[in-house]
Amino acid sequence: MLETYLPIFLLLCVSTAAGGGLYLLSKFLGRKTTDSQYMDTPYECGIEPVGTTKERFPIKFYLIAILFIVFDIEVVFMYPWAVVYRKLALFGFIEMLVFIGILVVGYIYILKRGALKWD
Amino acid sequence: MEFPQIDYVAILPEIIICGLALLIMLFAAFLPRDRRWITGHIAWFGIIVASFAVWMNWGTDTRTFAGMYSIDLFSSVLKLIFLLGSLLVVFMSENYIRLHKLEAGEYYALIIFSLFGMMMMASAADLVVFFVGLEIMSVALYVLAGFRRSDPKSNESSLKYFLLGAFATGFIVLGIAFVFGAVGTTSIAQMFDPQQYTLANSFFYLMVGGGLLLIGLAFKLASFPFHMWVPDVYEGAPTAVTAFMSSGPKAAAIAVLARVFVVAFGQHITQLSPMFWSLSVLTMFTGNLIAISQTNIKRMLAYSSIAHAGYMLIAFATGTAEAVNSVVFYLLTYTVMNLGAFMVLLVVEGKEDGDNEITSFTGLGRRHPFLGAAMTLFLISLAGIPPTAGFAGKFFLFKAAVAKGQIPLVVIAVINSLISVYYYLRVVVVMFMIDTQTEFRPVSYPAFLYVALVVAVLGTIVLGVFPTSFFPFDIPLLASGR
Repeated sequence: MLETYLPIFLLLCVSTAAGGGLYLLSKFLGRKTTDSQYMDTPYECGIEPVGTTKERFPIKFYLIAILFIVFDIEVVFMYPWAVVYRKLALFGFIEMLVFIGILVVGYIYILKRGALKWD
Repeated sequence: MEFPQIDYVAILPEIIICGLALLIMLFAAFLPRDRRWITGHIAWFGIIVASFAVWMNWGTDTRTFAGMYSIDLFSSVLKLIFLLGSLLVVFMSENYIRLHKLEAGEYYALIIFSLFGMMMMASAADLVVFFVGLEIMSVALYVLAGFRRSDPKSNESSLKYFLLGAFATGFIVLGIAFVFGAVGTTSIAQMFDPQQYTLANSFFYLMVGGGLLLIGLAFKLASFPFHMWVPDVYEGAPTAVTAFMSSGPKAAAIAVLARVFVVAFGQHITQLSPMFWSLSVLTMFTGNLIAISQTNIKRMLAYSSIAHAGYMLIAFATGTAEAVNSVVFYLLTYTVMNLGAFMVLLVVEGKEDGDNEITSFTGLGRRHPFLGAAMTLFLISLAGIPPTAGFAGKFFLFKAAVAKGQIPLVVIAVINSLISVYYYLRVVVVMFMIDTQTEFRPVSYPAFLYVALVVAVLGTIVLGVFPTSFFPFDIPLLASGR
């Protein structure tokens, strides 16, 4: 029973060793510079860690992201289908065509309604 | 390789409805704005074709998709109820969309998608299929609730419904997970078979899973204590959508409750009965008592729909096949009379963004006798006074409950029906018995709405007078399958 969890345990060990090891390596080998105030911020690359939440940015990003999900999911379903494609043969091919056909209707719809027009 | 057998003829209604929704989306994309009203006509035509497909499959008793999808008399009857409800909603929406300049194509496509989800729920013989159907139905409804985009109330309604609905969905997923953990299957038919699992150590988790499922379904059913969203969402949503929301999802939730709690958990009915008993009593009292103090007719109908959810739950406290049959009949009568009341509301509301106060009905009966009479008929039917459909529905439901010895519950339900008479008849009093100096403004009778209204009036009377000649009262709850 317990040995079925062995791979998970191994993964846990390896990931802890990798993460912890890299941290310790940089701790011992790295140059110590604590003179800059920016070194103490969570992101050293210039992103403000604290700011106003009322920042405005175009809703188009949301729209594109949501539309992207549809086709992302489509590809997710195509992977397992491609793996067993030979076994599924014609049946699987037609089923996939139906699935893609339904999504294509959605694509035609968003295209014609101008959801992908940036301006 | 072995493929699951798929019976394409048996699922023809679903194929038609899904194709119909996609077709309407394409029409919405390609037609110019001033000709998108055509989609409404495609919608009602398609729904009638799908109804014929259900009729064609009437005697079918089979499970397809590896036993996950059950086409039997129970699901066929429910599908016809959904199709009838959607047909009436499409008819009553035509004028509403024109007056409020809504996007016709998207509106009908979403209604049809939601209908597709309900049909899936009615046929689900597996908890996962039920869940997918529930999501298809709900997501379309969340969008529909916010369909009047420029109206803040509609936006509020949509957001509230979405957030709370998504929360309820979480409970359902967790419930399915617990049930699966307890019995090792999500198939309703296999759960029914006691040989499939040993109860000794899994009974607790089965009940936890059942309880979580019940929370999610009680939310969709608008039952106490998960009813808080109902008045706000119903008030803010476009009136035609409110009508759809108050009949369709309720019926779909009842279908799943029947399949899960009466079929799958049927052997534990003695343990489950007290839970449904208290849920039913509390829901009835909450709905009816709060409805008394409402001045807005949409809110009043929202609380009335909560009260009706309470009556429907009596069937599950009883837990017999007879009770489930009568609750399905109750759903049919509720769909007809509730949609009828909303149709009159749509006519009275007219073009202006009415506040839908009950006082806006003042003098309607004198100026427009047909509308007044129709509204009176629907309201006394909702209250359960013979010879209307509402009476027949309650009669069969209470009869089944008494047969199983649930006499206290029936007495409470009858007391609640008496309470409800007060707030339903108050509208009638306002329509007929208050003298007004000013005449009620003229209303228009749009053709399709008028047809739907006549259908609802006839349905309310016919189902009340000849209930047994239009409804089979001996529906088996799950296909015997192969």
